[in-house]
Amino acid sequence: MKRRTLLAGAAAAPVVAAPVVKVLAAEPVHITWWHSMSGALGDQVNRITKQFNAAHKDIVLTSVFKGSYPDTLNASIAAWRAGKAPNVAQVFDVGTGTMLAAGPAVKQIWELAKETGADIKPATYIPAVRGYYSLPDGRLASMPFNSSTAVMWYNKDAFKMAGLDAEKPPQTWPEVVAAAKVLKAKWADPMNAKGGPTRYALTTSWLTWIQFEEFSAIHNIPFASEDDGFNGLGAVLQCNSPAHVAQLQRFMDMEKEGTFKYGGRDSAPDPMFYSGVAAIGFGSSAGRGDIVRNAKFAFAEALMPWDPAVSKTPHNTFIGGASLWAMTAPHRTEAEYKAVAAFFQFLALPEQDAMWAQNSGYVPVTFAGDELSKKQGYYEKNPGTDVPIQSLLRSPVTPYTRGMRLGRLPEIRNILYGECEEAFAGKKTAKQALDDTVSRGNAVLRAFQKSVSG
Amino acid sequence: MERRTIFAGWKLPLLLVAPQLVLTIVFFYWPALVGGWESLTRTDAFGVHVLFVGLANFHDLFADPRYRAAILRTVEFCAAVTALSLGLGLILAVAADRELRGRDLYRVLMIWPYAVAPAVSAVLWILLLNPQIGFIGRFLASHGVNWDYALNGNQAMLMVILASAWKQVSYNFIFVLAGLQSIPKAVIEAARMDGARGWYRFRTVVLPLLSPTLFFLIIVDLVYAAFDTFGTIWAMTQGGPAMATETLVVKVYNDGVVNLDLGSSSAQSVVLMVGVVALTALQFRFIGRRSGT
Amino acid sequence: MRRSQNWLAHTVLILGALLFALPIWLAFCAATLDPAAIDRGELSLIPRLDHLGSFWDVLVHGGPGVPPVWRMLLVSFGMALAIAVGKIAISLLSAFAVVFFRFPLRRTAFWTIFVTLMLPVEVRIIPTYAVMGDLHMIDTFPGLAVPLIASATATLLFRQTFAAIPDELVEAARMDGAGPLRFLKDILIPVSAANLAALFVILFVYGWNQYLWPLVVATSPSLDTIVIGIVKMIGIDTSTEWNKVMATAVIALIPPVVVVLSMQRWFVRGLTEGEK
Repeated sequence: MKRRTLLAGAAAAPVVAAPVVKVLAAEPVHITWWHSMSGALGDQVNRITKQFNAAHKDIVLTSVFKGSYPDTLNASIAAWRAGKAPNVAQVFDVGTGTMLAAGPAVKQIWELAKETGADIKPATYIPAVRGYYSLPDGRLASMPFNSSTAVMWYNKDAFKMAGLDAEKPPQTWPEVVAAAKVLKAKWADPMNAKGGPTRYALTTSWLTWIQFEEFSAIHNIPFASEDDGFNGLGAVLQCNSPAHVAQLQRFMDMEKEGTFKYGGRDSAPDPMFYSGVAAIGFGSSAGRGDIVRNAKFAFAEALMPWDPAVSKTPHNTFIGGASLWAMTAPHRTEAEYKAVAAFFQFLALPEQDAMWAQNSGYVPVTFAGDELSKKQGYYEKNPGTDVPIQSLLRSPVTPYTRGMRLGRLPEIRNILYGECEEAFAGKKTAKQALDDTVSRGNAVLRAFQKSVSG
Repeated sequence: MERRTIFAGWKLPLLLVAPQLVLTIVFFYWPALVGGWESLTRTDAFGVHVLFVGLANFHDLFADPRYRAAILRTVEFCAAVTALSLGLGLILAVAADRELRGRDLYRVLMIWPYAVAPAVSAVLWILLLNPQIGFIGRFLASHGVNWDYALNGNQAMLMVILASAWKQVSYNFIFVLAGLQSIPKAVIEAARMDGARGWYRFRTVVLPLLSPTLFFLIIVDLVYAAFDTFGTIWAMTQGGPAMATETLVVKVYNDGVVNLDLGSSSAQSVVLMVGVVALTALQFRFIGRRSGT
Repeated sequence: MRRSQNWLAHTVLILGALLFALPIWLAFCAATLDPAAIDRGELSLIPRLDHLGSFWDVLVHGGPGVPPVWRMLLVSFGMALAIAVGKIAISLLSAFAVVFFRFPLRRTAFWTIFVTLMLPVEVRIIPTYAVMGDLHMIDTFPGLAVPLIASATATLLFRQTFAAIPDELVEAARMDGAGPLRFLKDILIPVSAANLAALFVILFVYGWNQYLWPLVVATSPSLDTIVIGIVKMIGIDTSTEWNKVMATAVIALIPPVVVVLSMQRWFVRGLTEGEK
């Protein structure tokens, strides 16, 4: 009874103050966020949305799944052209070049911060993360969100059976090649003799991203000129250097001796590792959830190997994943932009960043989020989960380890995939395949350059 | 197209075609004109910078040997899918047209594949054919067949043809069956009395009466193979390995939606439209003359 | 002779049914497995009947990131029905006009419609979206269905069917004093019943399986169709609960199959025979 009157009193209070409050709290501001997070990640996005709305009574954020990354990007472009762009769009890493050239369609983060007075400092974010989404002078263009990096997964049981040290995975490419030979002779071949699916020593997901783009960063060599495209649209591909040719040749040789199996593009080879078909699987650190759920063997993740003949020490890897872009539309109010800025600030809160990373398998994007995870003992309880962060912090970021800033990068990746596939099928030499990638890729870069400069 | 008996008047027929004409103009011609204009420009994805370049996109397209290869590949693919799905559909429909026990059940069983969403059907085919986790793929791999569609272009092509045809057999089945149903029984009986039997009767009596349906199906199958197989191919091979399964519509999608090269993508769709319209017009002529209507 | 042919027919049909059923059966089995069994390649052709709970689960509670399946079924059903009925209605009328009348610009009208047979939705999605924006139809139910109603396939089919109708039949109708609309209602529609039923089935499924357009044009989750739901459940960068995906896929098959069954009677010979 008492509680009831208390509640009644609380309810009555605003009524008295109504005339004043009305002006301030009028209508809540509605903003929308289009994303590509399906399945369990979609549930995480819904959680974030709910918590943000609970924390900001004057804002109503709606999050909408718009299909795959290319689908979401296309829907956002179509919507912008029709004057109905969402306030926030999630755009994958390789779409960054396109979004930076989008001019009036987007409000870059530094602009948004300046106009709304919101305090968004680039230094909050881990350099290898923010580098991908920054302008050359360090101003932030988009908001880092789901980020992962390249790691080497390996099957500890297979390593033990082959007599390799399961606690000391190979660190350099020569060591990887040697380990693969041992794995084939002492694990894959004996297992295959017993029947079941054919086992291989090694496979790789994301061949283009991991074995060429990240490979370039790890060895601090350019994938393309103009600092991987960061300094201008005039970049040309340089991924036919002797180091790159040797890298492709390495995979061709391993394929020939039966230690490496090409399993398709992008993440298609993922199941080969967690189903136990391949003992070593290069992949995205975000694949952890899948592996934990599926693998019926002991596994671990390790830092990417490097080739000492190219670089004495390994450098940091950069990220893959997606970032959030603030988009414009006719009649978009200042209140909406302020709400967007508030949302971005909310995502950067240490507890939000840490929770997102722990629940999703992506890396934390802020130093504070990483620290909080450490303090909460998350990395200790889940050994190996700090490997991606270590990989990103392996060395200071250089102009060649920030990421890729190339227009139509998805197309260039597909060209590189196709050329490598021809090389694996024995139709081209490594040098030929990469030379052709460069000439075809440069044509794409020039077309992009022309299209965005009118 | 021409018949002797017609109804008089012109207001009523105009009224009758009006709804479809209006919808067609609003939802096809208007967007198509926009697309046609884009094919003459070089533009970024957002349409911020637009530059009129005349026929440059078309010129670039036909100067590219990969585009010409894609045309040839598409023709082969469409022919294979149409032949396979129409042939199977015809055989199954003729069988199901007989007075059989369990006929109704058979008919339901024949339509399932059509009802499977393309995204799911691609997943199912991967579950069947993937060399590592696939049901049949593993069987092949463990029996000495070097089955690897991630690298072998011919195998990849075979796989997308099978999966695409599988989904379309139902369509052909349903319409051939409907076509068979609408052939008056009396005609078949008359032929039987004339002593025409089996295959001969089918060829001389049934097939000609079925020809409007078959003609319709050939066009629909070709259009299906050319355009609607996109989802299946995309989910299974994304046009790879190399470009072994990149048909024209996969290329349109790739260039327009993935690569955001709107000028070239629009030019490609214009070429596609012109090509298929010309092809259909030709077929209309051909069939029109043969059946003497 | 007839008997042996019947056996042949049975054999052909059984083989066909098996060929068609295998992947579907696979989906059904997958729905009863562990969520991760598919990713491990442990698919078997024997369902685990004690694991049928996933069907009820998705139907009532939905899957990760998607609303309950029954809700999405309703949206899909509405959209498929609107597309099928709408397409048949406008195509029937326009094919009737083109075949049985002579009017100014008849050929132009036919070709104007017919040419659109070849314009796939993938390549015109951005301009079509812009048009829908101008018409204020984005994120509405009519926005889902109306652009898909405009297509030439059905018109082509009716034109083919009508062209095959003997002149004598039209002549007889005219002698009976039947006007064009009565001819359409009393003779043309009953005569093409089998095709009409076939078309309805096909168009219903066509509408049912739409993916790209609903994805682009609809933003509110209340307009999620079942196909969108299925794709949402297939994970990007995260593991997929395949049993739920497959259960949803199998449930999504039921309405089209029901439509086939209810159209079945129109497929059976003899029904239209008496009226001919």
